[in-house]
Amino acid sequence: MTTTPRNSELTEEEKSTVGLGNPPVLADPKDTVLSGRGLIKTFGRVVGLDGVDVDLFPGEILAVIGDNGAGKSTLIKALTGALIPDSGQVFLDGNEVHFRTPQDARSSGIETVYQTLAVAPALDISANMFLGRERRRSGPLGSVLRMLDKKGMKEDAGKSMANLGIATVQNMGQAVETLSGGQRQAVAVARAATFASKFVVLDEPTAALGVKETGQVLNLIQQIKSKGLPVILISHNMPNVFEVSDRIHIARLGGCAGVITPKSHTPTEAVAIMTGATTLQKG
Amino acid sequence: MATTVEPQVPHTAAEQFALRQQSPLQRIQHTLHSHPTISPLLVLIISIIAFTIINPRFIQPQTIGIILQQVSVIAALAIGQTLVILTAGIDLSVGAIAILSSLLMANLAANNGVPGILAILIGIVAGVLAGAINGTLVTRVGLPPFIVTLGTLGIFTAIALLYSGGQQVGRREMPSILLWAGTPIVIGPFRITMGVIIVLIMAVIMAFILGQSSWGRHVYAVGDDAEAARLVGIRVDRVLLSVYTVAGLIYGITGWVQIGRSGTASPNAIVDANLESITAVVIGGTSLFGGRGTIIGTILGALIVGVFRIGLSLAGVDDQWRLFATGLLVIVAVSIDQWIRKVKA
Repeated sequence: MTTTPRNSELTEEEKSTVGLGNPPVLADPKDTVLSGRGLIKTFGRVVGLDGVDVDLFPGEILAVIGDNGAGKSTLIKALTGALIPDSGQVFLDGNEVHFRTPQDARSSGIETVYQTLAVAPALDISANMFLGRERRRSGPLGSVLRMLDKKGMKEDAGKSMANLGIATVQNMGQAVETLSGGQRQAVAVARAATFASKFVVLDEPTAALGVKETGQVLNLIQQIKSKGLPVILISHNMPNVFEVSDRIHIARLGGCAGVITPKSHTPTEAVAIMTGATTLQKG
Repeated sequence: MATTVEPQVPHTAAEQFALRQQSPLQRIQHTLHSHPTISPLLVLIISIIAFTIINPRFIQPQTIGIILQQVSVIAALAIGQTLVILTAGIDLSVGAIAILSSLLMANLAANNGVPGILAILIGIVAGVLAGAINGTLVTRVGLPPFIVTLGTLGIFTAIALLYSGGQQVGRREMPSILLWAGTPIVIGPFRITMGVIIVLIMAVIMAFILGQSSWGRHVYAVGDDAEAARLVGIRVDRVLLSVYTVAGLIYGITGWVQIGRSGTASPNAIVDANLESITAVVIGGTSLFGGRGTIIGTILGALIVGVFRIGLSLAGVDDQWRLFATGLLVIVAVSIDQWIRKVKA
């Protein structure tokens, strides 16, 4: 299952480090969907990001893990316009971008599923799917009377849900507050997957869910990947991360403690790196 | 990895329990949840039937015409109030703005020689500005709507009194266009006024905009969960500012309707407008917590209050019982709202 030696096979000297074999080489931003280089963000004396580099490659699921306060959220916010980094560069498809607001990132094709889901509970599924980018009817009804294309949006919302294999919700006119936690998550994920053209960010999508619903959401993440959209998954949950991700970016103390893969390391080692019990070999 | 999420098949006792038949009460809860105007509609129909049984004169076209005329001003103000309450706000300055607008119109026309139509327009613009001031204080200064409108209630009332010198402007001093809303119209057996028609048109337009436009959806989303609305890219501050400004426009027009209704522009008119407009909105099923409610519900709510007023008086009951009944309806309406908000999947 693994190609690298486990701790038990290492010498005393090597035990404090877990080797990747090769030193981490930064990719050319032209080969990535998203790259962050030397990102720094401070809040007064508190260092949020301490010169972080990050890459997201086409078609991959990149997990970002880390302890509370390690800088996961700050990193994601700096990449998606929710925070403006003090220093450093962000590249989207090899071109440097300067997002000032989350809307800048959204209009560039980046969709974020927030932990709070950002759904309006009293509105129905279709209204939530198109919230903030409603479609008007064609002809004078839309251009003059500014009427919404409710029917068309409902149909498309249904198609988006069906495309992701979400079969438990059929009625797009159902208020979101009548849905279960997993179904609400599915609505938010389907919205992101429908409107994202570059990648999707999922912030702790399984934190509030039971085992069965967690499985369904992991399934959704795979579905997004299979459509060719890369995913950044922020999570605390090691089994989930190791089940779906291709690479794992470990945030620690505002920096990056290393990038590993589920094949190169075990969850226990990931936790050890995350908490600083061991460090990844540099160079 | 499977490509579809399997439909849930119940296999534990708890899951089977969750799929049990809904009790009749739960079904009522679900129906009210998806169609919240049912309860005010039922209350209206039942009260009309009850009052007709008590006194058959109640159902006469003449009585209905009187109810519509009596209700028109509060219903109009309640349309603006509905917009504000949908965003989880409250507007205590409704009456003050309407009075300010009406006194401005009347005094400009009667004492400053401003042509009637221009005076009306200036009065309405004053309403818009007053609403915009409320909206600016709510969005830019970040004060709670209750405090903002409590403050502007005092300020606008004071301005209206200082400007008019506390004097009312009588029917004979005003050009007829200011009184136009009081023009009687006879539709079949019903005798109503232009004011009733103006209010109805405002209600239809606002109901259409709220239900059919993206602005309407954003108003609901902002009231439902402002943070979620912000995260999906809705400019929450802009929506709020526009809501208070449109409400001000409606109050300004209502100022004109009020002159037609009473035949005078008086600083002492519609003193209870604030609470009565909130009462109509709440009885109409709009949630004080924001995000749910309709203009139709509000119109029904205003009608219910009007029906109780006339119905109880025709029944020969002391007018204090109307206050009692309205108070009771408010409490029942908000309890129903609390209950249907707890609806489960």
